[in-house]
Amino acid sequence: MIRVPLRPLARILSARQVGGDPDSIERENLRLRHESMRDRARTRAEGRLLFMGLAFFMIFMVIGVRMGLLASDEPTEPRLALPGHEISANRADIVDRRGRILATNMQTYALYAHPQDMVDPHHVAVELGKVFPEMDAAALERRFTDGRKFMWIRKKLSPEQMQAVHDIGDPGLLFGPRQMRLYPNGTLASHVLGGATFGAEGVASAEVIGMAGIERFEDARLRDPAHPEPMALSLDMTLQQAVTDVLDAGMKMMNAKGAAAVLMDVKTGEVLSLVSLPDFDPNDRPAPLLTGDPGDSPLFNRAVQGVYELGSTFKIFTAANAIQLGLVTPDTIIDGNAPLIWGKYRINEFEGHNYGMQTVAEVIQHSSNVGTARIALEIGAERQKIFMRSLGLFDPSPIELVEAPGAKPIVPPRWPEIVTITTSYGHGIAASPMNLAAAYATIANGGAKVTPTLLKREGEVHGEQVLSPEVAAQSVHMLRLVVTKGTASFARIPGYPVGGKTGTADKPNPNGGYYHDRVVNTFASVFPTNDPKYVLVVTLDEPSDNTLAKPRRSAGWTAVPVAAEVIRRVVPLLGLRPTEETDEPAPELTANVE
Amino acid sequence: MRPLLYITSFLGVMFLAFWAYRENYTTQNMLKDVTSLNRQIADLRGRLAMQNAEWAFLNRPDRLQDLVNANFDRLQLLPMTAAQFGGPEQVTYPPEPLFGLTIDPNAAQDELIP
Repeated sequence: MIRVPLRPLARILSARQVGGDPDSIERENLRLRHESMRDRARTRAEGRLLFMGLAFFMIFMVIGVRMGLLASDEPTEPRLALPGHEISANRADIVDRRGRILATNMQTYALYAHPQDMVDPHHVAVELGKVFPEMDAAALERRFTDGRKFMWIRKKLSPEQMQAVHDIGDPGLLFGPRQMRLYPNGTLASHVLGGATFGAEGVASAEVIGMAGIERFEDARLRDPAHPEPMALSLDMTLQQAVTDVLDAGMKMMNAKGAAAVLMDVKTGEVLSLVSLPDFDPNDRPAPLLTGDPGDSPLFNRAVQGVYELGSTFKIFTAANAIQLGLVTPDTIIDGNAPLIWGKYRINEFEGHNYGMQTVAEVIQHSSNVGTARIALEIGAERQKIFMRSLGLFDPSPIELVEAPGAKPIVPPRWPEIVTITTSYGHGIAASPMNLAAAYATIANGGAKVTPTLLKREGEVHGEQVLSPEVAAQSVHMLRLVVTKGTASFARIPGYPVGGKTGTADKPNPNGGYYHDRVVNTFASVFPTNDPKYVLVVTLDEPSDNTLAKPRRSAGWTAVPVAAEVIRRVVPLLGLRPTEETDEPAPELTANVE
Repeated sequence: MRPLLYITSFLGVMFLAFWAYRENYTTQNMLKDVTSLNRQIADLRGRLAMQNAEWAFLNRPDRLQDLVNANFDRLQLLPMTAAQFGGPEQVTYPPEPLFGLTIDPNAAQDELIP
């Protein structure tokens, strides 16, 4: 840059010649220089301001345009989803313990109509009446023409019906996709599964909600999108089918109106089979009974909801309690002379027997009411109540069925001595077969409390110790004696030591008192007794063996043969090998069912 | 030196812009592929569920029992019983070879033992 001199010599010399002031020239030049500097600085600042303004304008434009785009855009899901984080809108399947499907979903369609789009409502109504015989064409046509804009026609369509509706070819008929719950095995395990129905319904989809059983109890888990994997039950489909088959045949043979069976693994409390007959098809749940006893409906789960007086099956609890308290041993002699007069009550034996003096083991073996009553009086009301509560006989079964909490055992409100006596042999107190199975499992599991479950469990569960292992083993041995020498001789199965206790209870009459020709027969069994693994409870409702002139209604003649046949069928399926040596002489052939 | 720097950086920018352009479209194509694959997976899952349901339906115990009854002449299937448990001693040895190719086990042993 060439600087302009402040005192150019030529101008100063000429100014001196005319007598001017050279300083004014310098000031003049200085002023000019400053002015030009100021102008340059201003243009630069202006440029910078302009640049900054432009930059801010651009940035704000970009942000504004982006915001405008975001606001006016159709929102879309991010398209890239990471694998392993899938969420499933389907209801989870239910499978058995070996992964075989018990309940799954199927894609189907619902049919709805937009009457305003219909070309020929009359034709549509007539054709729909042909496809669905249960629909009234005239009523359909009236509804198509009354000015409504939307109506449901059917909730589920089979593919053939859907094709037939397509063939009508009217634009006013529309299909909405649906997930339908399917129970491929029909009536098998119907009381466990319950059934499902549609909840909130939309055109594009509908909620599937559980209606009863485990579908309702585990509804939240089954619908949880974070758990699309199938829910494994403790049931085994093969066992379930075998038990159902045998029980159904037994129920018919014994002329019973209902039957229930519970097969439980005593180590884990898993219910391997839960059958209640008569059963129903969960794909097409029957309507509940509006009149009469709801217990007569096929929907009624006798194994869990059926609260019955289970009779003599309770005697083993009294004996185990007394041995645990150190009051008796299995060999203590008990006065069993009948009848026992207690106040205004007479306690009799079955069919007027009198067993006289007998050991505790014989009391159980004979199913002696008097003997059990004597033991119970020694225990006393308080200790009896505590023990029975610890076995879970006073509370609804904790099984995972929505019906279970409603089936609370019927326990006498007061506990005078006569209740102590009747409770000791299972009268005046009512519980469900599931309660009974859990209590027997507790005895069979070495006295550690067993909590029944319908969900598959991994590994053994260690419950609270209710009985000492020695007392539990003695109790199982007493149960074995009932089969080898006592009332359950039909349960002698070669190669398999079975122990159990029969129970026959008259049914209470709703008008007061008891029926004399209606009984509930129960056989609660433990097998194999040398190493108890499974508990089976079989209950028959109003059975009677009519093969002889006088009908036989005791559990030994009805429930025991059925239970024995169940055990014979399930032992190979459970993988139990027959034991070589049995601890009793070979059973007489006459005492076997076959 | 300076013009060289300008030219290389300009070329660099051009190259990066070209790369980003291509990368953008590859990503978009990939996303389209993934979407269509996901749709296929969902479709196949639906069909698999249907096949599973059908398989379970065809294998329902009632139907199998009916089939067993219908084919009893040929198959003679009966429920399993405890008598069907066997011991290891009941497992048969492999059958004898057909064409007299018998090997004397003692002779073979003699050969093996030096």
